[in-house]
Amino acid sequence: MVNKKYGSILCMVGLLAIFSLGSSAHGRSDAYKENIYPVGKLKPTDSVLKVKVGDQAPDFTLPVVGGEKITLSQYRGKKNVVISFVPAAWTPVCSDQWPGYNIAQDFFDQNDAILLGITVDNIPTLYAWTNQMCSGDETLWFPVLSDFYPHGAVAKEFGVLRSEGVSERALFVIDKKGIIRYIDVHDINKRPRLEDLVRELEKLEK
Amino acid sequence: MTKGVNKPLICCAAFAICLLVATHAGLAFTNGPAIGESLPPFKLPIPQNASAQRYLGLSGAGQFTIAQIQAKVVIIQIFSMYCPICQKEASRVNKLHRTIQKRKDLKNKIKMIGIGTGNTPFEVGFFQKKYEVEFPLFSDEDLSIHKILGELRTPYYIGVKINGDGSNEVFYSRLGQFKDVNGFLKRIVELSGL
Repeated sequence: MVNKKYGSILCMVGLLAIFSLGSSAHGRSDAYKENIYPVGKLKPTDSVLKVKVGDQAPDFTLPVVGGEKITLSQYRGKKNVVISFVPAAWTPVCSDQWPGYNIAQDFFDQNDAILLGITVDNIPTLYAWTNQMCSGDETLWFPVLSDFYPHGAVAKEFGVLRSEGVSERALFVIDKKGIIRYIDVHDINKRPRLEDLVRELEKLEK
Repeated sequence: MTKGVNKPLICCAAFAICLLVATHAGLAFTNGPAIGESLPPFKLPIPQNASAQRYLGLSGAGQFTIAQIQAKVVIIQIFSMYCPICQKEASRVNKLHRTIQKRKDLKNKIKMIGIGTGNTPFEVGFFQKKYEVEFPLFSDEDLSIHKILGELRTPYYIGVKINGDGSNEVFYSRLGQFKDVNGFLKRIVELSGL
């Protein structure tokens, strides 16, 4: 009986600990209300890169929220490309990262670059999630690609698929020749600083 | 036998509670700074441009506390460059600032500042330029203020009354956007007793 009582106390403490993990160790917008899943602190990185700066970026074709498909090589000779892999929809840091890029289009335009957002989520999930980042009829200015099936195949090809099946929080800057110029496999728990990406964009040939 | 089993259990529970208290000191403030209480203390760097210094009534270098701002009331906006609501609300917040500046009875009594949660100085500067924000914005890159204030979501508004003796009192503390500039300002004036 007494053991039961203390067992209950331990359970309550455990639950409190779980809830407290959900508290925000980073800023979080109220745009998503209670719909952000608390993931706690994760292993900063959990994959081995398969590409390096100077390599030709692996080509891929993925479906886009909105119905089309995008092939990386379609930008060859036309646009510099930034690929932003984020781990998962409806999770804390990811839900803030792209809304920031959404107001920073000028930096991309000034450097003749396009941004491709990629997660391993399916299209309907990405549709609902990215709608929360905008209001009314607005949409993100950059395409959002689904690396859902075969699951995480593109993330795997770049070497940023984590063991739990989500991608790293990673940025790849690819020039107009399709050559990788910058890689940032970031600590999954933290958001990359905007100025670091802007600095790399400014290094590219326009 | 029963007693022997209980002891480690009690120790475990006590240890876990201590650990939680130690690692989540900010937990007590998870609902934001309490109305009627002083604002949890923190410092900001004195802005190094003349118009921001003039606006806040500060000079020199170093740091300042909210109570050192030359005003009767300070409205603190906790925002993030990455927060979609803060982006959408920027024009309304600017309108609030302009409305205050135009009113002779409030201009010198109410001052506004923004604190960019988890934003670098570059990101705060970008937000300020993008939305043409005319009141001073500060960076909380290391989230130290975020933790002191109770890990608030954005946007969050705190109204602080500065008393003559240098003390301060929170009279408004609320998460989420305000939708009506005049209604919000009226509420700030009423609640602060200006």
